[in-house]
Amino acid sequence: MGRFLLRRLANYVVLVLVATTLAYLVASVALNPRARYDGRNPPVPPAVIDQQLTEYGVNDKDPLVGRYLDWIGGVVTGDFGKTVTGADINSQLGARSLVSLRLLLLGSLIGSVLGVLVGVVSAVKQYKFTDRFFTGFSFFFIATPVFFTAVLLKFGALQVNDAAGTTLLYYTGYETPGLDAGFWGTVKDQVAHLILPTLSIALGLIAFFSRYQRNAMLDVMGSDFLRTAQAKGLTRRRALYKHGLRTALIPMATLLAYSFGTLAVGATFTEKIFGWHGMGEWLVDSITGNDINVVATVSLFTAVFILFSGFLADVLYAVLDPRVRVS
Amino acid sequence: MSLPADPLVVADDVALSDSPGQAPPGPDVVVRGRRQLVMRRLRRNKAALAALVVLVTLFVSAFLGPIIYEAITGWTYAGQDFTSFLQPPSPDHWFGTTQIGGDVFAQTMRGLQKSLLIGLLVAVISTGLAAVVGAFAGYLGGWVDKVLMWMVDLLLVIPSFLIVAIISRNLRSGGWIALVLLIAVFAWMITARIVRGMTLSLREKEFVLAARFSGVSTPGIIFRHLIPNMSSLLIIDATIAVATAIIAESGLSYFGFGVKPPDQSLGTLIAAGTRSAFTFPWLFMFSGGLLVLTTLAVSVLGDGLRDALDPSSKRAGGSR
Repeated sequence: MGRFLLRRLANYVVLVLVATTLAYLVASVALNPRARYDGRNPPVPPAVIDQQLTEYGVNDKDPLVGRYLDWIGGVVTGDFGKTVTGADINSQLGARSLVSLRLLLLGSLIGSVLGVLVGVVSAVKQYKFTDRFFTGFSFFFIATPVFFTAVLLKFGALQVNDAAGTTLLYYTGYETPGLDAGFWGTVKDQVAHLILPTLSIALGLIAFFSRYQRNAMLDVMGSDFLRTAQAKGLTRRRALYKHGLRTALIPMATLLAYSFGTLAVGATFTEKIFGWHGMGEWLVDSITGNDINVVATVSLFTAVFILFSGFLADVLYAVLDPRVRVS
Repeated sequence: MSLPADPLVVADDVALSDSPGQAPPGPDVVVRGRRQLVMRRLRRNKAALAALVVLVTLFVSAFLGPIIYEAITGWTYAGQDFTSFLQPPSPDHWFGTTQIGGDVFAQTMRGLQKSLLIGLLVAVISTGLAAVVGAFAGYLGGWVDKVLMWMVDLLLVIPSFLIVAIISRNLRSGGWIALVLLIAVFAWMITARIVRGMTLSLREKEFVLAARFSGVSTPGIIFRHLIPNMSSLLIIDATIAVATAIIAESGLSYFGFGVKPPDQSLGTLIAAGTRSAFTFPWLFMFSGGLLVLTTLAVSVLGDGLRDALDPSSKRAGGSR
């Protein structure tokens, strides 16, 4: 098992490198930091622009390969370079990645666990009301883009707050600015802010996972080994959860790895709509602002997140499926 | 539903049941073609039929709606009514007006038109590409296979949303065709892998061997024998791709990276309406609702098609 995981890990490191390199190259070719100086009054002398851009490492007159090597060399030593306005990327990176990770981890955890549960319940109660309800639910949320779900949630929160008379559900930001309520007060405040954004990405994930889990579970429920397990004297419940669920979870591990890419993109919308200053918002702003280094940094972050979860999926896979461990 | 007397249904049920050889059809059974069988199965699926009706309605209203609307009220998507700003829906402006007096109905239909077009084109291009690449890789094997699959892996790794966003930012307003190509380039890889896998098993079948030994050229085998044999998968996949592409496009447009003004897509309309979604819901709800309705109908139809086209499918739902 160790060797299998090690091989996957090496594979992932190469993939992260490829993805980041490509993101950097495409960003350098397509984005134009020089445009930031256009139309200034008084006009900035070209020599000054060149000097500033070179200092930030984004001058398109410097050779691309050299710039890239400079940047990636800095990344290896923990320095992500400068933004296009000259600020340090490192100083924002920590706070922003924490904001995003909070959302991504919680969303994916809730989404996958609830998705699996919903799928199993749907399969066990096939064609009953519960199943039909969840089927309708998942069709709706698979078809609904995150930005629509998020706005609907905001709308719902507004109604709830109006009905309650106080702010029960927060829908802007990740904390109340300037709140002084001690440690537990802050925690409570942040959790309250987390509810809606997390829901907005978890709902889609639940819908997506439950469909697959339902199919996998139905396949398993019709299989011979489950009938045998029951014939040996196991109760139906025990046979289903001990033998059936474990087998049905194996394809989910692979799916988990695939779904994180979609999740990361979805979180971008969530952050933008709920006003979270996280990585996704940073990415969109930096594309609009011609900020090459930030684009590359955020894609590195996303790639690491996606491939880390891919690795996690591999571990799950190895735990669930003994054949992987043996070979 | 009880239709036991219909011999066609009996024959179909035998074909659908997963234990072949049981209860051979009686002598009075008419053997129907595959297409009729599929249509019959699809017709029995009420949800899929409803979805089909919804989609046809959406298409007709997206393309004919603006013309009829202009004839009735005289407004087009680019027009501005300087006598009514931000008005709620009324007989004069069916879906209300925007901040600058634009007609929301005309804009929504225009956006729907563009979104549907983009969805369809992306689906055709990406599924076609997937079929060709997958079939060539699987049939030829060797270094062709290696190179093509390496490309697939590479494209899977690339952060596609980011790349499309960056590149399409530089496109002008007429660049929606380029946007279609960009979305399609990042949408075919997984299907190509599935097609390759199917080709690997198909190419050893007798009919392919027979074709090869009677001198049919490689493209001939691929386009006449291999790809038609995978049509079920490809049709289903194209349907799913329509929904995915529409969502991808509206997502990009939402951030201003997709369709550019003055042109409209559902994404740009939703983006414009989000800011005032609570105070002026007609700016947001119509475009958003139509987007969800479209993708929902497409996925329900895709699901019905899967059940109809794939006899081994026992699924009563599912997303892939």
